[in-house]
Amino acid sequence: MTALWKSWERAVVPLFILVAWEIVSRSGLLPAALLPPPTVVLHAWGDWVFGFDETAQGNSGRWLADALSSAVRVAAGYGIAAVSGILLGIAIGWWRWVERTVEPTIQMLRPVPPVSWIPLAIIWFGIANKPAIFLVFLGAFFPVLMNTIHGVKTADRNLIRAASMMGATEQQLLRHVVFPAALPSIFAGLRIGIGAAWMLTVTAEMVAVKSGLGYVLWDSYYFLRYDLVLASMASIGLLGYATDGLIKLLMSAALHWQHGSTLQSREG
Amino acid sequence: MASIELKNITKIFRDAKRKRDLLAIDDVSLTVERNQFLCLLGSSGCGKSTLLNMIAGFEKPTGGSVTVGGKPVDGPGADRGMVFQQANLMPWLPVWENVAFHLRLKGWRKADRRAAAQEYIDMVGLQGFENHYPAELSGGMSQRVGIARALLLNPQVILMDEPFAALDAQTKMDMQEELVAIWQKQRCTIVFVTHSVDEALVLGTQVAVLTSRPGRVRELIDLDLPRPRDITGQQFNDHKRHILNLIREEGMQQRREAKADPVPAGRQGAAA
Ligand SMILES: Nc1ncnc2c1ncn2[C@@H]1O[C@H](COP(=O)(O)OP(=O)(O)OP(=O)(O)O)[C@@H](O)[C@H]1O
Ligand SMILES: [Mg+2]
Repeated sequence: MTALWKSWERAVVPLFILVAWEIVSRSGLLPAALLPPPTVVLHAWGDWVFGFDETAQGNSGRWLADALSSAVRVAAGYGIAAVSGILLGIAIGWWRWVERTVEPTIQMLRPVPPVSWIPLAIIWFGIANKPAIFLVFLGAFFPVLMNTIHGVKTADRNLIRAASMMGATEQQLLRHVVFPAALPSIFAGLRIGIGAAWMLTVTAEMVAVKSGLGYVLWDSYYFLRYDLVLASMASIGLLGYATDGLIKLLMSAALHWQHGSTLQSREG
Repeated sequence: MASIELKNITKIFRDAKRKRDLLAIDDVSLTVERNQFLCLLGSSGCGKSTLLNMIAGFEKPTGGSVTVGGKPVDGPGADRGMVFQQANLMPWLPVWENVAFHLRLKGWRKADRRAAAQEYIDMVGLQGFENHYPAELSGGMSQRVGIARALLLNPQVILMDEPFAALDAQTKMDMQEELVAIWQKQRCTIVFVTHSVDEALVLGTQVAVLTSRPGRVRELIDLDLPRPRDITGQQFNDHKRHILNLIREEGMQQRREAKADPVPAGRQGAAA
């Protein structure tokens, strides 16, 4: 009984919203075209995915391709951001001279919204995958970087002492002590970063790319297809949720040693 | 050949926040021969850990020199195993990986590391806990992992910073016996920090009684008591009475100085 309830727990709030939304939009409070009810959205979405009755017109049956091209941009930009953010973060956190020389520049670039890079991104990379990947990179890079720096700086000095007592070289300290000690913090950054990555792919696709979920969203807006706009939004939400789940899975595998020792592992 | 030699060591901690310097160690000279078991005995805050950290190479003395095996110490190294006041285990590694961490650094294969670790895990009585993580261990068990880890280095010198302070009386007695057995078997030199007179007398071949703030060697006592030590015996109690008298005198002197001069002697340093 409780097990059954647990599996439904997370569906309660979304279901409630859907039902309320259906009722409001069918009540005629707003013109139906401005707020299509969930059933209509689901219909259009279904056709977009499976292509059964051309409701989605030109997009009919093209969902997988659209989702895939967005996902590839996210993966590329996020991958570059994760690797470079972690490496640079460890360097800044560990070596004072790197911090002194690099950090001021980083801190000046950080408050600049990634979106404001769009004009330059288009000039530099043209209209295709590259500006989108660049934007995704910008969005994910800073959270990963900042959290990695924090993780390195708060690593327990006594563990470093213990390792150097056992003859660790500086490189070994970084690999066998500092990196694992910073890992919980690094994962916090990775999780913030993945959200930013999806936001920026969609933004880039609305402006600078002619494919992907963001492009469909903006295109449908021009054609007054608000059902498809909503279906795109839902698709982005679902994919974002799924990728975050993937990172969470990776995290609990990498940080399994924390089980039972932190609040996060508490039952309830 | 002397294993450890401290010559005229002083250590001043610069306290930037409070704008004054703290003289923690004042002109300590000590020579520890090979295979000796030296106990550093002193009250809390008298500089025992600081002294040990300088032998380990974590801290540099402000003045004087430290040599181990004839070579000046210029940083930590696997020739000096250290057991810390807190166990300082890698929380992301299971017990056996912590014990064999040194071999991981040397690039040994997993199966070899696992086999090598087992001998030391057995030695400290942690069979059955090989795959536990530090968060799943009690304080005493963590401390034993720390000891196994230091022993695996098979070092000439083992430095121990109050390793048994957190243990109950029974476990402490077992561990002390175990440690003496290991020391007799491995033929290494041990410097063991403690603030318990009994512990120093049960373990050491020598006891250095330190004064507090600044730390100086008040007296170096050679113990030639037979082992296992009889803690109710005549000789044991003579030594104990003598050391307790030293500590009492020390305390009285401190209070007299404190009355005459509200800033404790060592604290004046180079006050700004
Ligand atoms: N890194 C440091 N910076 C400034 N002062 C320090 C530092 N480490 C130790 N001290 C000071 O030096 C003195 C000696 O400290 P130490 O840790 O060596 O004492 P201890 O004898 O090991 O004490 P305990 O028995 O409580 O462990 C103390 O007064 C302490 O405040
Ligand atoms: Mg101490």
